[in-house]
Amino acid sequence: MANATHIGLDQVRQQLRQPRSQLKGRQATGEARAEVRALIGEPPTNGHRRDLLIEHLHALNDHFHGLFERHIVALATEMRLSVVEVFEVASFYHHFEILKDDQAAPRITVRVCDSLSCSLAGSDSLLRQLQNDLQNNGSGVKVVPVPCLGRCEQAPAAQVGQWAVAHATVEGVTQRVAQNQTAPNALPDAIGMDAYLQAGGYQLAKQVASGEREAESVIQILESSGLRGLGGAGFPAGRKWRIVRSQRGPRLMAVNIDEGEPGTFKDRTCLEADPHRFLEGVLIAASVVGCEAVYIYLRDEYHEARVLLTQALAQLQANAPCALPRIELRRGAGAYICGEESAMIESIEGKRGEPRLRPPYIAEVGLFGRPTLEHNFETLYWIRELLEQGADSFASHGRHGRQGLRRFSVSGRVKQPGVKLAPAGITLRELVDEYCGGMAEGHTLYAYLPGGASGGILPERLADVPLDFDTLQPHGCFIGSAAVMVLGQRDSAREAALNVMRFFAHESCGQCTPCRVGTDKAAQLMSAEVWDADTLQDLAQVMGDASICGLGQAAPNPIRCVLQYFPHEVGAA
Amino acid sequence: MSTVQFTLNGQSVEAPAGKSIFNIAKELGIAIPHLCHKEGLAPDGNCRACVVEVAGERTLAPSCCRSATPGMQVQTNSERAVKSQKMVLEMLLADLPEQGHKWLDDRAEAPHGELSQWAEHHGVQLRPALADLRRETVPADLSHPAMAVNLGACIQCNRCERACRDLQVNDVIGLAFRGAHTQVVFDLADPMGGSSCVGCGECVQACPTGALMPKSHMGPQKVDREVDSVCPFCGVGCLVTYQVKDEKIISVKGREGPANEGRLCVKGRFGMDYIHSPDRITKPLIRKTGVAKDVALLEGHTDWREVFREATWEEALERATQPLNTLRQQHGPKSLAGFGSAKGSNEEAYLFQKLVRTGFGSNNVDHCTRLCHASSVAALLEGVGSGAVSNPVRDVEHSDLIIVIGSNPTANHPVAATWMKNAAQRGTRIVLADPRITDIGQRHTWRNLQFKADTDVALLNAMLHVIVTENLCDETFLRERADNVAELKAHVQDFTPEVMSEVCGVPADTIREVARAYATAQAAMILWGMGVSQHVHGTDNVRCLIALASITGQIGRPGTGLHPLRGQNNVQGASDAGLIPMMYPNYQRVTDKSAHDWFEKFWDTKLDDQPGYTVVEIMHKALAPDSDPHKVRGMYIMGENPAMSDPDLNHARHALASLQHLVVQDIFLTETAWLADVVLPASAWPEKTGTVSNTDRTVQMGRQAVQPPGDAKPDLWIIQQMAQRMGLNWAYAGEHEGVAEVYEEMRQAMAPAIGGIDWARLNAGSVTYPCVSADDPGQPIVFHDHFPTADGRVRLMTASLIPANEQPDAEYPMVLITGRQLEHWHTGSMTRRATVLDALEPAATASMCSADLARLGLQAGQQVRIASRRGEVQLQLRCDDGTPQGAVFMPFAYVEAAANELTNAALDPFGKIPEFKYCAVRVSALQPS
Repeated sequence: MANATHIGLDQVRQQLRQPRSQLKGRQATGEARAEVRALIGEPPTNGHRRDLLIEHLHALNDHFHGLFERHIVALATEMRLSVVEVFEVASFYHHFEILKDDQAAPRITVRVCDSLSCSLAGSDSLLRQLQNDLQNNGSGVKVVPVPCLGRCEQAPAAQVGQWAVAHATVEGVTQRVAQNQTAPNALPDAIGMDAYLQAGGYQLAKQVASGEREAESVIQILESSGLRGLGGAGFPAGRKWRIVRSQRGPRLMAVNIDEGEPGTFKDRTCLEADPHRFLEGVLIAASVVGCEAVYIYLRDEYHEARVLLTQALAQLQANAPCALPRIELRRGAGAYICGEESAMIESIEGKRGEPRLRPPYIAEVGLFGRPTLEHNFETLYWIRELLEQGADSFASHGRHGRQGLRRFSVSGRVKQPGVKLAPAGITLRELVDEYCGGMAEGHTLYAYLPGGASGGILPERLADVPLDFDTLQPHGCFIGSAAVMVLGQRDSAREAALNVMRFFAHESCGQCTPCRVGTDKAAQLMSAEVWDADTLQDLAQVMGDASICGLGQAAPNPIRCVLQYFPHEVGAA
Repeated sequence: MSTVQFTLNGQSVEAPAGKSIFNIAKELGIAIPHLCHKEGLAPDGNCRACVVEVAGERTLAPSCCRSATPGMQVQTNSERAVKSQKMVLEMLLADLPEQGHKWLDDRAEAPHGELSQWAEHHGVQLRPALADLRRETVPADLSHPAMAVNLGACIQCNRCERACRDLQVNDVIGLAFRGAHTQVVFDLADPMGGSSCVGCGECVQACPTGALMPKSHMGPQKVDREVDSVCPFCGVGCLVTYQVKDEKIISVKGREGPANEGRLCVKGRFGMDYIHSPDRITKPLIRKTGVAKDVALLEGHTDWREVFREATWEEALERATQPLNTLRQQHGPKSLAGFGSAKGSNEEAYLFQKLVRTGFGSNNVDHCTRLCHASSVAALLEGVGSGAVSNPVRDVEHSDLIIVIGSNPTANHPVAATWMKNAAQRGTRIVLADPRITDIGQRHTWRNLQFKADTDVALLNAMLHVIVTENLCDETFLRERADNVAELKAHVQDFTPEVMSEVCGVPADTIREVARAYATAQAAMILWGMGVSQHVHGTDNVRCLIALASITGQIGRPGTGLHPLRGQNNVQGASDAGLIPMMYPNYQRVTDKSAHDWFEKFWDTKLDDQPGYTVVEIMHKALAPDSDPHKVRGMYIMGENPAMSDPDLNHARHALASLQHLVVQDIFLTETAWLADVVLPASAWPEKTGTVSNTDRTVQMGRQAVQPPGDAKPDLWIIQQMAQRMGLNWAYAGEHEGVAEVYEEMRQAMAPAIGGIDWARLNAGSVTYPCVSADDPGQPIVFHDHFPTADGRVRLMTASLIPANEQPDAEYPMVLITGRQLEHWHTGSMTRRATVLDALEPAATASMCSADLARLGLQAGQQVRIASRRGEVQLQLRCDDGTPQGAVFMPFAYVEAAANELTNAALDPFGKIPEFKYCAVRVSALQPS
C-alpha cells in the first residue's frame, strides 16, 4: 500500500539540484555579528560564558525590541553555540519576541495582566479596548495579555514597556504610550544603604562572617524558630542549611525572586521597601552554609525592583561590611515555571526552564552540578529579624494552634488588598475582617483561593479553617506562597478554575506528558457548559500522580475543588 | 559492585546499586510501557509512560530514571500505576493523526510504532471526548531528500534531540517553544532540508512514533530480511543492518559495533542505493574495434554502446587475460601492473596481490593508499615499526587533550568525529590544527591553530621547541624507549615559536600554550588526516607528530598515541594484505630475504625480489619511452579510478589511454573504465561476503544482502578466473567463492597480526588485531612497553622546512587545497549515484572565505573558472569562512569539474604520495556577477 506522505526522490532531487552557495544552515552575517558584539562584547579567551545566554538575549531584546533571527544566528556564532541551542532557549521565554528578519519590531509593548485578581477587576475589557485603540494603527504598539504581573493589590495591572501601571485604565495606559514613558518607575521610599546601616544593618552579617556568631548558633535559632521556606514548599529552613552545609564544596546559593504564583506579591513589596534587609539575609546564609557564590534570580516583570536591587548591590560592593561572596543578579524572562527551584537553576544556567527530575536533590546536585542552597526571597528577609529578636519571638505568634508569622498577599474582593503580616493559622474570615477591612463594597464572601493558582479553591463554608502549612491538605488545598484571592457572590468558582487552568496550560514547560497534554486538554474540557467529570478526573489523576514537578501535580487542584465544592456550577451531580 | 535488596511487585529482588527500576524489571521479564526511554540514550523520564508506584512516595516515579534503594517497595502494575501509564498513552494517542507513518509490521491500524505497541499492550482505547480535542495537524516537512518530518506524529519525547545532540553532537534538533506548543525544530524552526542538518539519520533511528522517517521506508515496516554487515564507505567501520525488501535494500539501520555503537552518517544510512543504480554494468564489455582511447571521451556524455559491446564472461575473460600473457612474454613481468582497491575485501586484496606477484611476476601492485596515507605509513614504519594506529578513535574518551591535525573529521570520518565531540562534551580539550577551520573547529574545539597551508613542520617543530626548551619532555620515556633523542633536541633549538610564528601564522603564545597543554596532559592523542600526508613533506609532517608523542611520552597508554584516520573502508586491510609494491602481506619487505623466501615457499613459485612501482610511478612508466625496459604496457585495475583520483589528471588519463591493454573491473563505467579494453562487471559491497579492517585495526565481516545485477559477478570470482587464465592453479572451495579459505590462507601469511582470528570468530563478531591466539581478546592499544622496531625503541627523526613544490605567483596567486565533503565518497562513482547524496550535493563547488570573495569582487553562487598550470575547471563558488585567505578548497568527487585536473603530481620522496593539498591556481569570474 502506498504511503500518503511518500514523495518521489526524483522530485526532491530536482528541487535541490542547485548547489548551495554557503555552508549548510543559516550563516551569521558580519553585520549581525558586529551588532551583537556591540552589545555583549568581544569573546574572552575561553569564550563567552554559556550561562549568560539569557542575559545576552535580554541585551538584544531590549535594544532591538525583539530578537531578530539574524541576531540569534550571530549570537550563536559569537557564543560558539548551535543555532538551535539559542533558539530553544529564546522561544521558551515569553518576554523574548522572536522576529523574522523582515518583520518590524514593536515600538512599545503594553502588557495587561489577565490573571484572576486582575480579571476580577476588569482586565478583559481593558485589554480589548487597548488592543482596539492602540494596535493596528501603525503606531508600532503591541498590546498583549500576560499572566500575573505580581501587582494583584493594584488590579488591574499593566505595563507600558518596563513601566508598571497600577489600577490601569485605558486613559492612563494611553497617556503613558503617548508620552513614550517606558522606563521603570523610581522607588524613592526604599530604605537606602545609609539608613539601613544607621539602623544597625549588616552588624549581624559582620558578626557571622567574623565568627563572632557561630554558624551553628545561627542554624539553631532558625531551627527553633520553626521558619519554613516561604516560596511555597515550606521546607524547614534550618534543616536545609544544615544539609547543604554538610555537602562537599564548592557550594553555591540561589535566591528565588521569581515570584510568579498568581496572587503573590509579598516578595516584591518587601524588596521594594527594604532591599538591604534581604541582602543581609543572603550574606548570613552564604556565610553560614559556606557558599562561594550567590545567584539572585529576579522575575523580569519586576523592573523597578531590579533597578533598586542593582543599586543596592552596587552600594554593598562599594562598602562591603565583610568579605562578600560573588553575587550575580539574573533576570527571568517571562516563565512562571522558573519559580520551581530546579527550573530556576536551569534558567540560571542559561537554559530552558525545565524542572529536573529528583532525586538527586538540588541540595546535593544543584546549580552547575554543585550542592546548592536555594531560598525564596522572603525566607532570607526574615533572617535578620529572627536573629535579632530570637526564635521565641517569632514562634510566640500564631493562632488556632499554629506558630509564627506569615505574610499573606491578599487580593480580590476585599476592601483593603495588600501584603498582610498576620499570625500563622489565622482563618480566611479573620484575615479578611481583621486585616483587610472586610469584603469590598457590594460583595459577600463566596469562595477563596488560599494559595494562588495552585492551592485549590475553597467555599465560604470552609472560611474558618486555619491557614498554614499542612492545615489545608485535608480539604484538597494548600497555602503555598500564601497568596489569598477572595471571590464574592457574583464571581464563579468555575471561571476562577478555568482562569487558573489556562494559566497552567500557558505556563507548562511542556516537558512531561501529563502536564503538557493534561493542562491543555483540561482547559478545553473546562470551557464546556457541562463538565466531562470522568475525563477530567482521569486527567487530574495522571497530572497529580505522574507529572515531573509541582506545577503539573498541583494543576488538577482547581478541577477537583470545583467538582467537590461547586458541582452546581458545572452541571455535575 | 554493591547491590540493593528491594521488593518489586511483591517479589524480593536483589539488583546492582544504581541500576534503574526499569532495567531491573526488564531483566525479570516485567514489561513497562516506555516511549522517551531508549537504550543508548540518556534516560530522560519525560513521557511518564513508565511510572511506577513506590510505597511511601506522594507521586509515582519514572522507572527509567529511578534506581532502587534498599527496602524500597515498587509496584509496576498497581492499579494506580497502571492508571497513569494508560492515561499517558491515551493522552498521546489523542493528539496523533489517524494515519501514521511507522506501522507495526504491515498493519495500518497500528500506525504509530512504539506508541501503538504499548497502547495495544495495555488495551488502551482512545475515548471520543479526548479524540475530539486532537491538536491541529502540522503539515509534513518533506524538504530533506532522505527524511520525512511529520510532526503530527510527534510525542515530544525528545529522543531525536538526544540522538542529534548527545550522540552525534550535530546540535541541529531542539525542542522549542513551550507547553502544548513545544515543538521539535531544526535550527530556527527551519525546514529540515534547509537547516544545518547533516543527514546522519540518528533522529530517524531514534524516533518511536514515525514523526521522523526515512522516506524510503514509511508506512509498513515489514521487510523480507535483515542482513548484518559493515558500511562500505569510510575507514571508521560502522556496522550496519540492511533492510531488504523485494531484493532491494530499502533502508539501513546502525548496528552495535565497536566503532559506531549503532551510529551512522548520511552516507552509511542513506547512500546505499548506488547499488541499484541503472548505471551499473551488468554485462562484460569489450572495446569495439577501432574505437580509440580518447581522453576527450571523459568530458562529454558518450553512449557507452558507441565504445563497447557486450560479451559473454568466457569471451571477456579470454580477451582480458590473453594480451596480458602476451605482454608478459614479450616484454617481461615489469611490463604489467595491477591496481587493487581499498574498497574491496581483505580476501580480494590478498588474492589480487597474489595474482600480480605470482601471475604477472612482479611487485607492480599498488592501490589508493599511495594517495592517502603512504607518507604516514612510511614515517610510522621508520619510527615506530608499524604503519597502523596505536590507539582506536574511541580512545579519545580517555584523553584530556586531543590534537586533530590536517583532518576534517565531521565530513570525512563523521562517526569517529562523534566520539571526539562526545569527549569534548565531557571536558576533553580538542585542538584543531588545520589551514581550514572546519565544522569541528566552529564549536567543539578548545583552540584552533589555523596555520598557513604547507607550514605543518614549522608549527610542529615550534611545539617541539617549546617542549624541549621548557623541560616538558618525558625523560624517563625518552631514556628507556627512544633513539636519536639528542639529535632531535638539538635540531629543534632554532625553531622558536616567535620565528616559526612568522612562517606558520599562528601566534607564538598560542603555540606555547598548546604545546604545554599537550605535554602536560594526563593523556593526549594525535589524530590526523590527509592534510598532513598529502604534501611533498608529508613524511616529515608525520615524523614531527611521532616526535611530539614520543618526547612527551604520550604513547602506549589509553587516551594517547598516534592515529592516522584511514580513509577507505579497507585501506588498512588492503595494505595489511600486501596490496603495496614494496611489501608482502603484513608489511614484510620484498627485499627481506627471509620474507621473500617464505613467500616463495608459501606460494610455491618464484617471486621478484625488487619493489614494484607505486601508483603515480606506474602512470609515469606507462608513458615511458619504448626503450624503457620497465615501461608499463598492460594493466589490471580492480575497483580503482585513477582517471579521477590521481593528481594531474591530464597526465594520468593520457597514461591510461596509452596502455596497450587495460582491464578494468568495477561496478560502474568509471572514468578509468572508459579507457579500458575489457570491462568486467563486478559486485558492490552488499552483494558479496568478505572481511574489512577499519582504521582501528578491527577486522569485521561484511555479508551478502542481495544478488549482483545481471551478469555482474563477485570480485573474488573474477580474480580467480583471471588467475586461472594466467596459468595459476588456485582452488578455493566453499560458499561465496571460497572466501573463508582465502581468508584462512591469508591468516597464515599474517600470523603475527591476525593469527588468533579465524573465520568462525569473525563471523561471530569484530576482533581487533594484533590477536595472536584464539584466547587473545585482541589489542586495541599497542606499544605499551615496546615498539615493533629492530631494537624495540622509537626512532626519532628530524624535519626541516621544505616548501611545497609549486608556490603561488602573480599568474596563479591562490593556493588550491583539495579534499572531500561529507556526502561524496572519493571520486564520486558510488555516492554521486546515490539518490540522496546526489540531491544533497549535486554539483561541484569551490569554497572561499568572504574576505577573499570581497577582495576579488566575486560572489558566492557565482560560476568561476579555476585554472592551474595543468588544467582548468568551471564550477560554482561557495562562501566558507573557514577557508583561509588566499586559498580555494575543492572536493575532488566531480568529474565535470575534476579538481585533480589542477593538482600537482609532485611526490613526497619517502611515501611517494602526491601533493594534493597544495598547488597554485587562478580564480576568475566566468560571467559578470
